[in-house]
Order: sequence, then structure tokens, then C-alpha cells
Amino acid sequence: MAAALPAVSAGFQAVMPSMEFLLASGIGAVTSCGLWLLLRGRSFSVVLGLAVLGYAVNVFIFVMGRLWRNAPAILGQGPLLADPLPQALVLTAIVIGFATTGFLIELALRSSHDNGSDHVDGREPGAASTAAQADAQAAAHNPEPPA
Amino acid sequence: MNLLQSHGPVLPVLLPAATAILLLLLGDGGGSAHGRRPQLARRIALVSVLLGGALALALMAQADTGRIAVYRLGDWPAPFGIVLVLDRLSALMLALTAAVALPVLLYASGGWDAHGRYFQALLQCQLMGLNGAFLTGDLFNLFVFFEVLLVASYALMLHGGGADRLRAGLPYVVLNLVASALFLVGAALVYATTGTLNLADLALRVPQVLGPDAVLLRAAALLLLVVFGFKAALAPLSLWLPATYAAASAPVAALFAIMTKVGVYAILRVHGVVFGLTATAATATASDSAAGAAQPLLLPLALATCVIGVLGALAAGTLARLVAWLTVASVGTVLAAVGLFTPAGWAAGLYYMAHSTLIVAGLFLLAELLGAQRGDAGGRLVPASPVAQPALLGTLLLLAAASCAGLPPLPGFIGKILLLQASASHPGGPALWAVVLGVGFLTLISLARAGSLLFWQVQHAPAGGASGTVPAGASGRLLAATLMLLGASVALSVWAAPLLRYTAAAANQLGDRAAYANAVLPELGGAAARSTQPYTGRPGTTGAAR
Repeated sequence: MAAALPAVSAGFQAVMPSMEFLLASGIGAVTSCGLWLLLRGRSFSVVLGLAVLGYAVNVFIFVMGRLWRNAPAILGQGPLLADPLPQALVLTAIVIGFATTGFLIELALRSSHDNGSDHVDGREPGAASTAAQADAQAAAHNPEPPA
Repeated sequence: MNLLQSHGPVLPVLLPAATAILLLLLGDGGGSAHGRRPQLARRIALVSVLLGGALALALMAQADTGRIAVYRLGDWPAPFGIVLVLDRLSALMLALTAAVALPVLLYASGGWDAHGRYFQALLQCQLMGLNGAFLTGDLFNLFVFFEVLLVASYALMLHGGGADRLRAGLPYVVLNLVASALFLVGAALVYATTGTLNLADLALRVPQVLGPDAVLLRAAALLLLVVFGFKAALAPLSLWLPATYAAASAPVAALFAIMTKVGVYAILRVHGVVFGLTATAATATASDSAAGAAQPLLLPLALATCVIGVLGALAAGTLARLVAWLTVASVGTVLAAVGLFTPAGWAAGLYYMAHSTLIVAGLFLLAELLGAQRGDAGGRLVPASPVAQPALLGTLLLLAAASCAGLPPLPGFIGKILLLQASASHPGGPALWAVVLGVGFLTLISLARAGSLLFWQVQHAPAGGASGTVPAGASGRLLAATLMLLGASVALSVWAAPLLRYTAAAANQLGDRAAYANAVLPELGGAAARSTQPYTGRPGTTGAAR
């Protein structure tokens, strides 16, 4: 392909940024999304943030085995073979990440059910901790309608 | 004995794993405390933990001959396959785990295990993760065993349920998952720059990585310090611990006393040995390599941990929180010893770690016994009705407090004085002396305040009052478990000489990277091995085996 259309290929390569640049900035963007979600107050966003962060980390592990072109993944003939170890590592990390995310979703559901709030602190921000204060606050927010 | 020789290092992982599977298959009868199945489960778990304890002692005796036992999982030679390595430090940690697990199991069998489901099976999973983390000789495998013990700890921490526990549990799980992500990033960076994950191979390779790769490797080392420091509750990352441990049930909190020590162990193994400064690296190139990346950071952070911990203990409002903050302070002391980066400091630190783990675990159990006898006040540090067994529990608290603060002749005193001796010629010595002595004093004040409040400043219920019911004394099993932990701590004082000889030998063995490499990498020529290079994909240029 490249041999047949040298001009097109060269032009394409001049426009396209390198794979290394794309992957690095992609991992960075996904990581920052994950971090932003992680710092939210709702447990739903936090779970999503952890999942997104997990994706970024998994791609990062994969890339740490370097980028390969025209190389068989594990077995094959030829001068080049891709590094199989990061593939094994990332598989382990994916399995563990999947299991812990499942556990965390269940825990977040249980927490929001038992505490009556899906805030990570287990109560709504600004909500009073004791029932008496909560009542007082509710009364302050909902004054009796004038007769 | 033959089995111990040939398969010794893998048995502490297999035994709890098999027990956990057996207990899961047995079921827990719907979580009720009565009936045949829970009783059977308790007996199976007890037999397994007793066997594990005997195994740990046998392995400790085997390791004390100085031989480093290597077990190849799948029989692949070392840098390619995963190995379990049993040296003196690993065997000591196994024995410490068993010493905490047995009383915790006894205490939990007194009723706590029926407050939720599958407690016994989860406890065995936790033990499997702990033992595996102490034995593995591979950085990525360390991550896997961390996850095993963490997943079990999530479920154990939430054992018993309740809104408060869930409120503390969610941040605990989220923070640990973030730490796991950082661990993966650190391990991947280590692999990318060195081409190996085997700890023995890494120890040879790290000083040779120079140039831009060394910068990346240094970043990886510091990321791993963040991860291990988080597990160990090192200074800026220690604030999660009191909320979590105080919310967990007493036997679980006591078991978690060993979990912070996993972080300490990992720091010792990875930053003390793999990234530690070697004699050969202490040349002109040392400043270019990643070796010693964590060296200047650890001691100041550890001393800050001590101070934060003891200040938290002074301000604690409940007995469980007080003990949890004391856990932070004790971890700080141990890490300060690790932060000296000398064999003498490590020997003192290992001894102090054994003592502080047992005493803190015992204090967690004692705190619940006391709280259960004070009526509505529970563990809150306010004047309340007197406890049912003031003489017995008071003596136990006095004993634990004296040892925690480091009064002679208890083991806390021996550990601290060795630590002070080891740091005498260190540049950070004066700061360490000031902090360790000051923290000991403040620990004594915080525990004396709690003790006088619990036992002397009591409000006797008015005669004929509504709350005339006298709380019952603690049951024999709960008392026996608490006594066992505190008694084990006293035993450390009685048998201090052989134990100190052992920890000194363990510290020296840690420093001997050549012997470690010779044991783990015999095919490659041990310490003389041509070290692994990052994989380039071209046959003939890869790996150390060429």
C-alpha cells in the first residue's frame, strides 16, 4: 500500500500526528476525566471515575510494552515479536478491575439505600446530622403558610 | 518434613485458600450463630489457623538457618516465571500474621462471626492475601496479593453492616482502588524502564538504569512509595485509617493491625532493598540512577506520622478511635526505623513492629470489651457507669498502655531503646530522639486520660434507678483472645534476646542483595548475572538468558 501510493502515504503521515503522541494525549485526557469524576461528591460519579481511570491505567500498562507495528502478538515467524508480558499484565489488571468495580457498585447502592443519600459522606451536604436539627432545618426551610 | 523442604513457601498460601473454599462449600447456615454448620465452620477455621501457625513457626526455623528458600510457581526459572521467596523477614511476617489471626479467630467465634455472612471464609481469604504478599518475589504478583487481601478486607470491614460502617466503608474502598491504580502505573513504569518485575532481578538492574530512563524509574519508585505509604498510613496519607478502623468491628480492626504492616513490609522490600543504595551504586553515578529515590523522604514523613498519630490520640472522642490513632503513631515509629536505612535500624524496627502489631490488636479487642460493659456510653470517652470487671480490664489496659508508651520492662521499651541506639549516629538522630520520646510521653498521657475516665471517673447509677442492670462480665473466649494478644506481647519481652538475634539476622539478610540474587536467579549466575534489558523484540538482543 505504502509502496504503491508513496505521495499519499507521505502526505498522510505529514498530517497525522504520531501514534505515540495520540496515545499519550489520549491516556492523559481519559485520566483527567477520571480524576474529575472521582472528585465529585456523588458515589455514582465516583464509581464512573474509577472505571474511567481504570481504562486509562490499562492502556498505560499496554503501552509500557512499547508500540509495535507488523509484529505478531505472541507467536509467529519474523524478525519482530511484540512484548507479550504487558498483555498478560493488562489482562490480570482488567479482571481485577472488573471484579472490584462490581463490588463497588454494589457497595454504593447499599450505602445510598441505607443512608438515604448517594453522597460519598453518606449524608447530603449541609444536612444536619441529628434528627432534631434536621427537623429544625426543615421547619426553617418550609415556614408555615400565613393564615 | 519432606513436604516442608520441597513445597514450604507455597503452603502458607494454599492452606488458607483451601480452607476458604471448604468453608464456602460448607455454607454458613444463613448466618445464624446456632446450629451445626457454624460450629463446624469455626472448628475448621480454628484447625486451619492452628496449622498455619505451626507452619509459620516451622518455616521460621527453616529460614533461620540462613537458607533462602525459593519456590517456582509453574517451574519457570526466575526472571521469567513468578517465584515465592522465603527469607527470614518473610517468615517473621508469616509468624506475626498467625499470631494475630489465632486470637482474632477466637474472639470472632465468640459471636461476631454471626453478625453477617461468611466471616470465617473471608478471614481465610484475608490470611491467604497477607501470606502471599509476604512471600512473593515479584512486583506484579505483590499487586495481585494486595488485591486479594484488600477485597477480603472490604467485605470484612463492612461485616456487621449498619449505616455508620457503610459510611466509613465507601471512602475506604474508593481510596484503596485509587491506590491500586497508582500501583499499576508504578509497576508498568518499572517494567518499561528495566524489563523485569522480579524483585531480585530488579535489585541488580535498578542501579544500572541511567539517563532519561532513570528519571522515569525514579517517578515509579516514588509512585510506589505513595501506594505503600497509603497502606501503611504514612503521614499525609494516614487520615483514612482512624475512621475506617474505628468503624470496623473489633476482631476485624485487630486483624487490620497487620494490614498496615503489609505497607511497611513492602516499603522495606521495595524501597529498602530494590531501590536501596548499594555499596557499588554509591559512586559518582549514584545521583544519576533511581536508587535511593525514597531515602531522603521516608524519615521526615515517618516522624510526621508519629506526631499526627499521637495528636489524634489526644483528641480522640472514643476508645476505638484512640487505639486507631495509636496505630498510626506506632506505624510512624516503625517507618522511622525503616527510614534509617541501616541494618541496626531495621532490626530495631522489625522487633518494634512485632510488638506494636500485637499490642494494638489487643487494644482493639480490649476497647470493645470495655465498651460493652459501660451501658449506653459504649466506647465514648465520657463519664459513665463503672465496668463490671474493673480490676481485670484495668490491669490489662495498664499493661498495654505501659508497653505502648515504651515503659520498661515491656517490649515497647526494648524496641524504642534499640531504635534510639541505632539512630545515634544518623544525621536525623536528634529529630528522631525528640519525636520518639515526646510521642511516648503523649501516648502515656492519652491512655492515662482514657484509663482514669473509664475506671475512676464513674457515675454510680442511683439506687433503684431504671438502669439498675449490671452489665455482665466478658465471656471467657473473648477474654482469652485479648489475654493471648497482650500476653504474646509480654512474651516478646521475655524472649527478647533470641528474637532480637533473629531480627538482626533478618536485617542483615535483607542488605545482602548478592545472596538474594544467588538464591533466586541461579541459572543466570546469581549476583553476577548479566541483567535483564527492556524488551526490544529482536531475538538475540533480549533477556538475560542470552
